[in-house]
Amino acid sequence: MKIVKIIALILLVGFVGIQFVPTDLNQSDTVPKTDFLLVNNTQENISALLQESCYDCHSNNTEYPWYNKVQPVAWFLEDHINEGKEELNFNEWDAYSNRRKNSKLKSIISQVKDDEMPLASYTLIHKDAKLSNSEKTLIIDYMKNLKETLK
Amino acid sequence: MKKVRLTTIMVMAFISLSAMSCKDAKTENSTNSEMITEEDHSKMNHDNSDGHHDVDKKEMAMNGDGNSQTILNDYFNLKDALVADDNAKAKELGATLATSLGKLDISKYTDAQQSELKDIMEDAIEHAEHISESDIKHQREHFKVLSKDVTDMVAITGTQVKLYEQFCPMYDGGTAWLSTKEEIRNPYYGSQMLKCGKVQREIN
Repeated sequence: MKIVKIIALILLVGFVGIQFVPTDLNQSDTVPKTDFLLVNNTQENISALLQESCYDCHSNNTEYPWYNKVQPVAWFLEDHINEGKEELNFNEWDAYSNRRKNSKLKSIISQVKDDEMPLASYTLIHKDAKLSNSEKTLIIDYMKNLKETLK
Repeated sequence: MKKVRLTTIMVMAFISLSAMSCKDAKTENSTNSEMITEEDHSKMNHDNSDGHHDVDKKEMAMNGDGNSQTILNDYFNLKDALVADDNAKAKELGATLATSLGKLDISKYTDAQQSELKDIMEDAIEHAEHISESDIKHQREHFKVLSKDVTDMVAITGTQVKLYEQFCPMYDGGTAWLSTKEEIRNPYYGSQMLKCGKVQREIN
């Protein structure tokens, strides 16, 4: 019984302890000139979808949920966001070469089509981020058009 | 009461923090010593096969690290793995290709060619890296774009051996790849449709 108490105490202390480890927040007030939505002058209904479903992990500005205040959740999110931005950062769109834009568009199209993005672990909590079939078609057609203009 | 609880939490947090940092330091130490022993091992191996090693090195230099031919060789190995439906091997070879792509020496080309090659490499490395960590369906998707990158590279760097650009009209609205042999071995379908495709261009 005593051991259980000690273990519980250690766990509690550890849990409280990690709350004090700081994380870097992915937040920025300015939208750079290279931003996807700015450069392509994306129409309102599609830009709203992209911001809702993609921008949290694929831009320099995340709208954090309340539970980001709790570790180790914040670490998990930080990791995801870093990985997402490395893969594709909509804010830096125009800094990509045409060749890379083409590659990115191809990946966006195939991932949205196959329901690989947005991630299931993300839409589980962000219900609004989940794309309906008609929303998927809207995004895919838009990206396909964009890809044509690049060629 | 609230104040007391807050201070206890703070104290506990402080203790746990310092405890954690101690632990970190310890694990670091142990990994360090492990690394040292591993290093010793490799040194010993080194001594044992010294003669062999020198030969290997020379061959590497002959092959020309940073050469476009190395990239082509790695690309063809990867293609063969996809033809054989070998996901694990393709992962390995994707990583190898990513490394050789990163090493391409572009200094002997004109400024325009250099910037083009940089764009190509940046894109190709990303696809090769993805291939090194995905399932075979995704590997083939990335291989499609990778093939275009490598073909565009060859347009600038040229090739020492004759290449065949082959084309399969069925995969993803029509898709090309490169091969050193005229005979069709389809990397996008593998055993499912091994001979689907035709030679659309010869590159010397």
